[in-house]
Amino acid sequence: MIENREDLIKSQEAATREFSSYDCRILVCSGTGCIATGSQKIYDEFLKIVKDTPGIRLDFAPHDEATHMGVKKTGCQGVCELGPLVRVQKGDKTVQYTKVKVSDCKEIFERSVLGDDVVESLLYTQKGVKYKSPEEIPFIAKQTRIVLENCGKYDAESFDEYLASGGFSAFRKALFEMTPAEVVDEVDKSGLRGRGGGGFPAGRKWKQVARQPEKERYVVCNGDEGDPGAFMDGSVMEGDPYKLIEGMMIAGYAVGSQNGYIYVRAEYPMSVARLRHAIAELEKRHMLGDNILGTDFSFHMHINRGAGAFVCGEGSALTASIEGNRGMPRVKPPRTVEKGLWAKPTVLNNVETYANVPKIILKGSDWYRTIGTEGTPGTKTFSLTGSIQNTGLIEVPMGTTLREIIFDIGGGMKDDGVFKAVQIGGPSGGCLTEQHLDVPLDFESIKKFGAIIGSGGLVVMDSHTCMVEVARFFMSFTQRESCGKCVPCREGTKRMLEILEKIVAGKGELSDLDKLEELAEMVKSMALCGLGKSAPLPVLSTLKLFRDEYEEHITEKKCKAKVCTAMRRFIINPEYCKGCGKCAKNCPVGAITGVRKECYHIDPEICIKCEACKDNCAFDAIYIEA
Amino acid sequence: MGTITIDGRKVEFTDEKNVLSIIRKAGIDIPTLCYHSELSTFGACRLCTVEDDRGRTFASCSEEPRDGMVIYTNTGKLKKYRKLIIELLLAAHCRDCTTCVKSGNCNLQTLAHRFGVTNVRFENYKERRPLDESSPSIVRDPNKCILCGNCVRVCEELQGVGVLGFAERGSDAMVMTAFDRQIATTDCVNCGQCRVFCPTGAISIKSDKDAVWDALADPDTRVVAQIAPAVRVAVGDAFGLPKGKSVMGKIVNVLHRMGFDEVYDTTFSADLTIMEESAEFLDRVKSGGKLPLLTSCCPAWVKFVDDQFPEYRENVSTCRSPQGMMSAVVKEYFRDPEHAAGKKTVMVSIMPCTAKKMEANRPNSYTKGEKDTDYVITTTELIEMIRTTGIYFADLEPESSDIPFGFGSGGGVIFGVTGGVTEAVIRRLAPNHTKATMEEIAECGVRKDGFIREFSIPYEGMEIKICVASGLANARKVMEQVKNKEKEYHLIEIMACRRGCIMGGGQPRLAGERTKAARTEGIYKADNVSVVKKCDENPMVLSLYEGFLKGKEHELLHNHEFCGK
Amino acid sequence: MLDQSYYDKADEIIAFYGKKQASLIPIMQDIQGVYRYLPGELLTYVAEQIGITEAKAYSVATFYENFSFEAKGKYIIKVCDGTACHVRKSTPILEAFQKELGLSAKKHTTDDMMFTVETVSCLGACGLAPTVMVNEEVHPRMTPEKVLELIHELRGDSDD
Repeated sequence: MIENREDLIKSQEAATREFSSYDCRILVCSGTGCIATGSQKIYDEFLKIVKDTPGIRLDFAPHDEATHMGVKKTGCQGVCELGPLVRVQKGDKTVQYTKVKVSDCKEIFERSVLGDDVVESLLYTQKGVKYKSPEEIPFIAKQTRIVLENCGKYDAESFDEYLASGGFSAFRKALFEMTPAEVVDEVDKSGLRGRGGGGFPAGRKWKQVARQPEKERYVVCNGDEGDPGAFMDGSVMEGDPYKLIEGMMIAGYAVGSQNGYIYVRAEYPMSVARLRHAIAELEKRHMLGDNILGTDFSFHMHINRGAGAFVCGEGSALTASIEGNRGMPRVKPPRTVEKGLWAKPTVLNNVETYANVPKIILKGSDWYRTIGTEGTPGTKTFSLTGSIQNTGLIEVPMGTTLREIIFDIGGGMKDDGVFKAVQIGGPSGGCLTEQHLDVPLDFESIKKFGAIIGSGGLVVMDSHTCMVEVARFFMSFTQRESCGKCVPCREGTKRMLEILEKIVAGKGELSDLDKLEELAEMVKSMALCGLGKSAPLPVLSTLKLFRDEYEEHITEKKCKAKVCTAMRRFIINPEYCKGCGKCAKNCPVGAITGVRKECYHIDPEICIKCEACKDNCAFDAIYIEA
Repeated sequence: MGTITIDGRKVEFTDEKNVLSIIRKAGIDIPTLCYHSELSTFGACRLCTVEDDRGRTFASCSEEPRDGMVIYTNTGKLKKYRKLIIELLLAAHCRDCTTCVKSGNCNLQTLAHRFGVTNVRFENYKERRPLDESSPSIVRDPNKCILCGNCVRVCEELQGVGVLGFAERGSDAMVMTAFDRQIATTDCVNCGQCRVFCPTGAISIKSDKDAVWDALADPDTRVVAQIAPAVRVAVGDAFGLPKGKSVMGKIVNVLHRMGFDEVYDTTFSADLTIMEESAEFLDRVKSGGKLPLLTSCCPAWVKFVDDQFPEYRENVSTCRSPQGMMSAVVKEYFRDPEHAAGKKTVMVSIMPCTAKKMEANRPNSYTKGEKDTDYVITTTELIEMIRTTGIYFADLEPESSDIPFGFGSGGGVIFGVTGGVTEAVIRRLAPNHTKATMEEIAECGVRKDGFIREFSIPYEGMEIKICVASGLANARKVMEQVKNKEKEYHLIEIMACRRGCIMGGGQPRLAGERTKAARTEGIYKADNVSVVKKCDENPMVLSLYEGFLKGKEHELLHNHEFCGK
Repeated sequence: MLDQSYYDKADEIIAFYGKKQASLIPIMQDIQGVYRYLPGELLTYVAEQIGITEAKAYSVATFYENFSFEAKGKYIIKVCDGTACHVRKSTPILEAFQKELGLSAKKHTTDDMMFTVETVSCLGACGLAPTVMVNEEVHPRMTPEKVLELIHELRGDSDD
């Protein structure tokens, strides 16, 4: 039990002592990605090896001379694509291993844990260069990690490890050295802006809640990260759950709230499990509950699991969902700060926003303002995906350019592809192209170009990406996820999707583009909620930047990225075709005819573009013509 | 308090809760499909969106007015967007307008005309869904639903019943009952308020007009009509006469022209109701019977008690409703071969109410194995029937209704408004009918503002505690308090529809604030001009009790067992 | 009619969350967790118990994608169609599942109640696209060939 300030300090000291007594720690990544590639088995194997090795103890015993070793499951280590990831940490030296197999564990243990060698073959390699320490890997070295600082470094489930990393020092400082108003002030001065998409200043929001006459208030965390292709918040929830909770506790103290709610997306079972575990650990120690640390501050945390509705990422839909209603956004005013959850004043921020708070309190707003830009201090996490060398979770200072992200951190285009565009902000965002590569990214700068930072999905696209199909993809997402309340979004997105489907099917007419634009402008102006208003952005943005591609699809029935099935023509190259007839046999519709030992022919009128011929041709004689 | 600039003109505002009300006050009929001042603001149709001086757009229904606001209601952009919204709604809507019962009375159709939507560029791929015709009162056509949510909100917020809800989401969203069950199998009370608030033909009245026309065409049938109090103040404005003006005489005239053989006035049987209900009330008070006594005139309310507060079934007055009493008495009257004159009698009840259709079908609405009320047609259907005849209604001379059941007291007329039944009971209990007494009664609290009125009256040294409420959500509040023993009453009068029968579910739609006020006023005016104020002074009533009703009071005027549906 | 044990289970879950509207979604989630679907009779029962109308409960249940009134298979397979997975060809993965199991866009569950195949908008493992989630386990870098292996493995799995 941690009943007062002294208890907390003592616990922090004890945890730090234990932490520094490790001779070696084996850190097995247990993010969703690595679990999927089998990291649990790696963890079990290491644990078994350590247990079977005499002279090593896993428990902390201050005066025991035996080697103290830890096998820990950490949050996301960042380069998910190369998982399972394992780090071997000795003092301040850490070695990063990638694509570890169970059969590699023994070798890692013998050479890297017991010895001071490295297993070269499992090191991270980029352009022929092998990197030992994770900090050296360009993908990580060029990032600035505040929110993701601890992810991958310690046992995400362990309260003690969080304490040892400095956890709850910020909360202690806020609770004992600052008044609630001072905390709000500090956050306000830091210029922290909501990372959920809108970029509303968090401090201003907290101030508004703090000055409401109603005393029952709520602190709500939006963990309903629904943007397809974004997983930053999920990584924080599963990789550093205590930090999120600490941030919310500080917010609770600052605005005088007694209850915190975290709304976690249904598809993140691990986040739910880790957060529940963390809350139970804190409750067990009386770090959550009534009169925390012997003060007047009482705070209870609750977890709500989403049930499969993207629209619940919208503030009023999210609170409606917690209340047990359909997640339909409501009209505003009243605003959430006045009448949010159960019509009480509510602070609603997303995971990343709260995760910034402990550092701001601990190191001060002046420090925070040294990172990022004047208008948007701090960092931003992005999930970098698409046709790029290094995909994964990144965190960079606000104001970093796309060029730095894509070519320095991301390692440039995959397979030497040609950069075409980057889609930013997911279904609510737009595209940026070559001309925008040097624009410093922050909330304002890219709005001018019809894109938004949004929640932080970055999908890099090369010449193999069809922009019409990208627009169709996002539109089908927003259409499917529309709550159906307001007419513009419900009916407008449906019709926009119909038009886009028509165009990619090769049946578009030029007048469709006018209709599409007319609908997009209307939905943007008239929809009820932010998600509805931004639903047309992917279309408007691609129409503006890639109108020629749309027109090509319509007038020439051509998709130069060779993506749109209806427009692809399969052709047999007479130079390679041996006339074996396999393709004709494989064709499900009998579109291929020919004479044995002579070049076969595909009738485009009959062909259904299933690719069965191409996939099975032993001579790579079949190609696609756009 | 303040001023906002609307389309370049300054408009003062005081306590208007939203910008929309100020725009309307400024004389601009800004379009809406989902906004209704009595319901919570939904903000779904987006038609009332306006633009401010920075080009920002927002829905005026949900925007609080701020001093100095500058807005534009009809910019080129807005006109274009509104038109597109209507086009999109029509594209997902069954467009059989010419044969739709709401044609000419449909908000969507009106707006389509207003915005000049002459071409719908999108196909309707929606699967056609079956109609729900299970209810005796309303018909639901999901193919015409535009998801404005008015019915859902009225059912939940005003009526506290909540049998309708949204199901599914996005473009699959639909309004339906739980598990899409037939409405007749749910707790629906048949009040028809959903139909009043429905802007399209998605919810309409289950019509009995054809059956009535057939009866009128049959020479062997005597067709008898009874006209409820609230009907007379809701017909005139459909024919260009002033709102709320009683046109009873013209209705009698037009019904005679249509071929009704006898036209009676339900105020007559309202008097019978008061005679019986007052007696029952005093009996319960004096003999320690079940109290509070709950009024039984409103069938939607009776069903509500049956479904939601079954433990209070015995508190409901055993009196039949005025419709029930009239029909039972009339049918009995014509059972006498002398009166029958060889003709079969068909009883047609003309009501402001859709629930009356359900009441007429209740097992306890039969006498001697015969249905008392054969058909119920609502005010709305009556207006449609008058239109069918082509008669210039406004020009008709008033006629008086037929004897012996064509005359009621002023106390019977005021049944049309909330509090009327109670006021009539108080009049009955009063020792005289002087002007002063009548005024005193009107001032006792029964005509107070508000949908829940609590007051008490002295009677023989007792204090009689009364509650009058309209709107079933309010009724629920009252009943919960009674149930929790927070409140105690001797008499509770409930009308399911807010303001009483004048705003019943069968009345013409689109009644605004002025119409509502005018209908109430019209009812009280009709009372003011009535010679007889109290049921016990109605000579026709008295002669009936002394005449053929003698010994049959219980059989004809009371329900022999409780029956909610 | 459902067996009494269903109502007993529901009572237990309702007691855990408390009789209030805010409990509706967690209660439905837990019931679905137990039975792999949400029996309609239990929804009606829960509504009555926590004091909301049946229409309200039904409207909430049908709003969220996760609730199903139809029984689901033992293995609920969610094929990710998030941006990253879509770009890396998740559609053929879905088609492979559907083809192998005889399912379609309309039919989600096999007749033997072994498999339910659905799509999901993002599983949060974009680095390993395309991904598939079976119950709560994520499978990375799927290919149509791996789909067949997975189905075989799961089928074998259920024999013991």
